[in-house]
Amino acid sequence: MATTLPHKDVAIIGLGWTGSILAYELATAGLDVVAIERGPWRDTATDFPPSWAPDELRYAVHLDLFQRPAQSTVTMRNNLKQTALPVRKFGSFIPGNGLGGAGVHWNGMTYRNMETDFNWRTHNEQRYGKQMIPEDMTSQDWPISFQELEPFFDQFEKLAGISGKAGNLGGEIQPGGNPFEGPRSAEYPTPPDKQPYGATLYAQAAEGMGLHPFPIPSANISQPYTNPLGVAMGQCTYCGFCDFFGCGNYSKASAQTCVMPALVLQKNFTARMNANVTKINLDSTGKKATGVTYVDDSGQEYIQPADLVLVCAFSFNCVHLLLLSGIGKPYDPVANTGVVGKNYAYQCTSSVNIKLPGKILNPFISGGAVGMALFDYNGDNFDHSSLGFIGGGVLQAAHTGGKPLTQLVSFPGTPSWGSGWKQATKENYQIGYSLGTQGAVQSYRDAYLDLDPTYKDPYGSPLLRMTFDWHPNELKMSQYITGKLAEIGKAMGASEVFATPAKAPYTVIPYQTTHNTGGAITGTDPTNSVVNKYMQTWDVPNVFVFGASVFPQNGGFNPTGNVGALAYWGAHAIKTQYLKNPGPLVPA
Amino acid sequence: MPGGNWGRRQLLISSLSFLAIGASHAAAAGFDSSQWSAGWNHMPPQVQPGGWTFFSPEEAAMIAAFADRLIPADDLSPSGSQAGVAVYIDRQLSGPFGQDTGLYMQPPFADGLPGQGPQSPLTPAQRYRKTLAAIDQYCKNGNLGKGFADLDGAAQDKIITAMEAGTLALPGVNSKAFFQMLWQNTKEGFFADPIYGGNVNMVGWKMIGFPGARYDYRDWIDRHNEPFPLPPIGLADHPDWTPPPTQS
Repeated sequence: MATTLPHKDVAIIGLGWTGSILAYELATAGLDVVAIERGPWRDTATDFPPSWAPDELRYAVHLDLFQRPAQSTVTMRNNLKQTALPVRKFGSFIPGNGLGGAGVHWNGMTYRNMETDFNWRTHNEQRYGKQMIPEDMTSQDWPISFQELEPFFDQFEKLAGISGKAGNLGGEIQPGGNPFEGPRSAEYPTPPDKQPYGATLYAQAAEGMGLHPFPIPSANISQPYTNPLGVAMGQCTYCGFCDFFGCGNYSKASAQTCVMPALVLQKNFTARMNANVTKINLDSTGKKATGVTYVDDSGQEYIQPADLVLVCAFSFNCVHLLLLSGIGKPYDPVANTGVVGKNYAYQCTSSVNIKLPGKILNPFISGGAVGMALFDYNGDNFDHSSLGFIGGGVLQAAHTGGKPLTQLVSFPGTPSWGSGWKQATKENYQIGYSLGTQGAVQSYRDAYLDLDPTYKDPYGSPLLRMTFDWHPNELKMSQYITGKLAEIGKAMGASEVFATPAKAPYTVIPYQTTHNTGGAITGTDPTNSVVNKYMQTWDVPNVFVFGASVFPQNGGFNPTGNVGALAYWGAHAIKTQYLKNPGPLVPA
Repeated sequence: MPGGNWGRRQLLISSLSFLAIGASHAAAAGFDSSQWSAGWNHMPPQVQPGGWTFFSPEEAAMIAAFADRLIPADDLSPSGSQAGVAVYIDRQLSGPFGQDTGLYMQPPFADGLPGQGPQSPLTPAQRYRKTLAAIDQYCKNGNLGKGFADLDGAAQDKIITAMEAGTLALPGVNSKAFFQMLWQNTKEGFFADPIYGGNVNMVGWKMIGFPGARYDYRDWIDRHNEPFPLPPIGLADHPDWTPPPTQS
């Protein structure tokens, strides 16, 4: 028997980056806010102390900070003809869990959409002609422009203290920054990180080839910083324990490091931890949410009434909740109807391992977003006319640590065990370096999310089913940009270059990236999207969705910069428009 | 209860947070933000060598034999078993890893495609028990005439090579998948923090020059192409603080 709790103005599902930003913005606007989070409470000092947080087995191998598949997982198949099976152990991607969500274990690479990422389809059709877009490619324009979102990119970067070098300040190209970025209103809040040896060699080689390397915009901040919420952060110590780890040094931006110290002071904010939202409740019209139902870790069920419901969980978990709650019409790829679950996309990663004989790279001196990148082969920054694909990706020298269980750089032809393996492992440790790409992924008619017909979660609800495979556009793209990256590797003086572009089929092992996007995409009208330009669902105007599930397709870089900016953009729209006149912010 | 499928570790965390926060019911009933309580997290306990918590003595001897062929003693490091690999795997198999806690273990189980990931209904502990017995039977009943641990190194290497290639035919066991798990766990016993019972005296880290759980390289970030001079440290250990534990 569910217990009905006292009414709140706002119920936020998930307390990661977007949930904490929305909670702070709306609580300080005077609303009574409750955040309901599936996982545990986690504090910077007590949960990630530098004394015992550098534990590769616990965090990078046993994935201690993450969602347990037993809590919920997805099923996966490559195409509609296959039977999806559950991801029993997370591999390819790992959703976060608990306070901070996936923004605890992230590396901290904080890019922005470029201008053409917003009008992506129109731009490509105008430059190359409509025939350049394959018939089954469903990528579409964002309903927002770079100029509209720019102040909110800036706001998120200031919240997180991002370290970097502007490449375009108000239209003026700046030396040392990314010349392909859209015009910025301000420099980064902190200067770039210092660079380790490998990234320095990469930048020198790239510059020599006429390319435009720049320091990765980094949430591993370069100097002490106090953000606009009054929260202080510390200087990154380049310890190399970023990805899969929390940062106890207050150096890697996260919800607990940048938002929670200010948020917990708000008397009108409450958090419920270890509390799993199972459904967003609708009234009899189906057009209005009345609140949410959640189950705590003793199995007790609660109904939390609220005027406004913000879905701020990990990207595909948001889509799962919309489907379980009957919000929006589920996408059907055969009939080509519906929108919820449509345009699931991912990130197409690849690597180039190189040997730099005679060098001492000290790979353990690093950080998750410490490195050098270039955008020369990203987006539409290069001529695609004769290439047979659209899109590209960032090419990075971001060897994020030298941890021996997960970050050894391997080469073909070396013995896989025994004394020969030991010899090669020792030799390659200091001279081996791994370069990488984060490639864009277009959306397709047959890449989508829906409810699995067979497998259930512990609450008896169907698991989310992912249908996804690489398409020729992405395979050609990965081949091309990985080849370009290998050329830079050669120019670094590599004696051996081992390039591994993406190859089909997509597999759920090994780890690739947790940049899952789409399924609750933003667009111009209810026929092409789940949410409008303010992240408000078309069907239920008092439900908003935040996070990467709203991306119509995925660009060639890490998504968190966009995710943070969209959270501030949506918060601004709620505060300045919705609260004055609750209802649809865009006419359907 | 709905949380009944979460593993032991999740339940442990939940119950600890229950005590610390005062009760998840209380939190659910709307405690305000002044009630935050954290600090229920902790460092893992130091594994002590001596005895076996999962393996039989015969199984332990087999694992030690595997570890010593996969990571042989040579100029670069002591052998896998000398590095504590068997102790490490033993403690892992009697703990949450061995029971697959936290993984999705709901039926139906189907083989699926390789890209759909592991689909075994067996836990790692069950897979070790079943496969070690099958390997030993194979060695004793076949023309080798002895258990795996008693074979000479060359014969052991042949078995391992066949497992790696998936050509060792064992009844009801995927020898290739088992090899992958065994080799992964062996590397963990060589490279994970010594607090887990392996990597004794940090021999794995010393072999490659990984400084372990050090957390501040600000003085070193722009000292390029220079050897890093300091020895590794562990979560609860420093080579100068403690003598190497004796092996069981």
